[in-house]
Amino acid sequence: MDTMTYDYTEPVLSPKGQKMRDILADYITVVSHRLPDDVTKKLVELSKIEVDPLQRLIYDTMMENQMLAGKLKRPSCQDTGALQFFIKCGAKFPLLSELNAILKDAVYRATKQAPLRHNAVQTFDEFNTGMNIGDGIPSVFMQIVDDSADIEMYVYMAGGGCTLPGEAKVLMPGEGYEGVVRFVMDRMTSYGINACPPLLVGVGVGTSAETAALNSKLALMRRVDSVSPNKNAAKLEHLLEDGINNIGLGPQGFGGKASVMGVNVINTARHPSAIGVGVSTGCWSHRRGKINFDSDLNYDLPLNEGVEL
Amino acid sequence: MKTWHLTTPIADDDIKDIRIGDIVYLNGSMTTCRDVAHRRLVEEHRPLPIDVANKAILHAGPIIKANDDGTYEMVAVGPTTSMRMEKFEEDFVKETNVKLIIGKGGMGPGTQAACKKYKALHLVYPAGNAVYAALHVEKIVDAQWKDLGMPETLWSCQVKDFGPLIVSIDTNGDNLFEKNKIEFNKRKEAEIKKIDAQVKFIK
Repeated sequence: MDTMTYDYTEPVLSPKGQKMRDILADYITVVSHRLPDDVTKKLVELSKIEVDPLQRLIYDTMMENQMLAGKLKRPSCQDTGALQFFIKCGAKFPLLSELNAILKDAVYRATKQAPLRHNAVQTFDEFNTGMNIGDGIPSVFMQIVDDSADIEMYVYMAGGGCTLPGEAKVLMPGEGYEGVVRFVMDRMTSYGINACPPLLVGVGVGTSAETAALNSKLALMRRVDSVSPNKNAAKLEHLLEDGINNIGLGPQGFGGKASVMGVNVINTARHPSAIGVGVSTGCWSHRRGKINFDSDLNYDLPLNEGVEL
Repeated sequence: MKTWHLTTPIADDDIKDIRIGDIVYLNGSMTTCRDVAHRRLVEEHRPLPIDVANKAILHAGPIIKANDDGTYEMVAVGPTTSMRMEKFEEDFVKETNVKLIIGKGGMGPGTQAACKKYKALHLVYPAGNAVYAALHVEKIVDAQWKDLGMPETLWSCQVKDFGPLIVSIDTNGDNLFEKNKIEFNKRKEAEIKKIDAQVKFIK
């Protein structure tokens, strides 16, 4: 059988670019081994409200697993995802021109270092690159936000059983926000059960399938306990959180008192004729990191207190 | 909720009294087997290169470390979504006589029928707990169809006290997730009604 291969040569980066790549490779490794602080805190809270032996057994296994992953420095979940970066960058960030190469090489190196699973399959040719990078993997979503020299980025290990299978649809305005609610709630009892609850549910509202889908992913980058600055969106977050919890999916969908770690809504404007809605379901093992750099590559890790790279 | 300890090879008699919601711990042989391996067996009619009769498969793609001496080490392993294999599982059970299908989330009517007819169980390992699971894999004894890449290779493992495995379909064809879903859907409709009254933002 012919074996196809993916050609990748490590890029020649500037000394500063190499430094950023090395920091990122180390950070990606940390993200695979340890959950962000907001998620850990929420899981401890949720574990306390489940009382049945089955639910307790599952939460105990989860806590033990995270402890072991930290101690043995191994990826806590075997599906280390297709890496996604959500970036806000200042126009004067000095490594802007090298950024794509830096990110791809950081994933390439972290894959050996962590180690991460090889999760990049070239489409149509249908072979695994064996390197965890491929055409369009990692995925990079970038906004140039201002004239500063700083960059902030979320690193997300988007798993094949939770958030990669997101869903988006464009509703008619007549369906209203009731249509949004129906879309989200139906997704919980169909896909959500299998997406490793307790979930972080990202809901995007916008003007098209892709804006709503991207908003739903950005919603997963927000902390689990965060609240939308829009009053009505915050109200919807709260209503959905209670509503989904009352469905009672419980850990792993076996039933229980809670279903979600949180519901985050991100919204942008819409065309008068369309309400785009997207849902992304983050699993309990929500491996989302955040790293902020200044122009000298001083960095901070707001979601990982006490971690040094 | 009863707890059972099973050792491969597993006979029909060993699992006939195990019911949905029970907990199982497995000793013996378990082979990872997921999307493309199912398709190769069922659609391409290629025989599975590892014998899983009276043994267990795990819907999973692990992280493996290849040692210099040609052996392999389990770094992290956990189940993937079983429902993706639903399309193939009935035929898969028929062809292989596998007894335990371990994965994540529920499965559907094809697997239910197979579990009843050929006497097998579908069980769920709590997903995301990949280090805990890897530490219960004593040894990787064989690796086949390596051309599929790390996640999809058939990794044949010797496991010890592998679990907790929660029974989701039993040999009566009862299905825990399908039962739960009926209740979940009922509650969902009630919740939607409550929420709808409060989201009339378009006026």
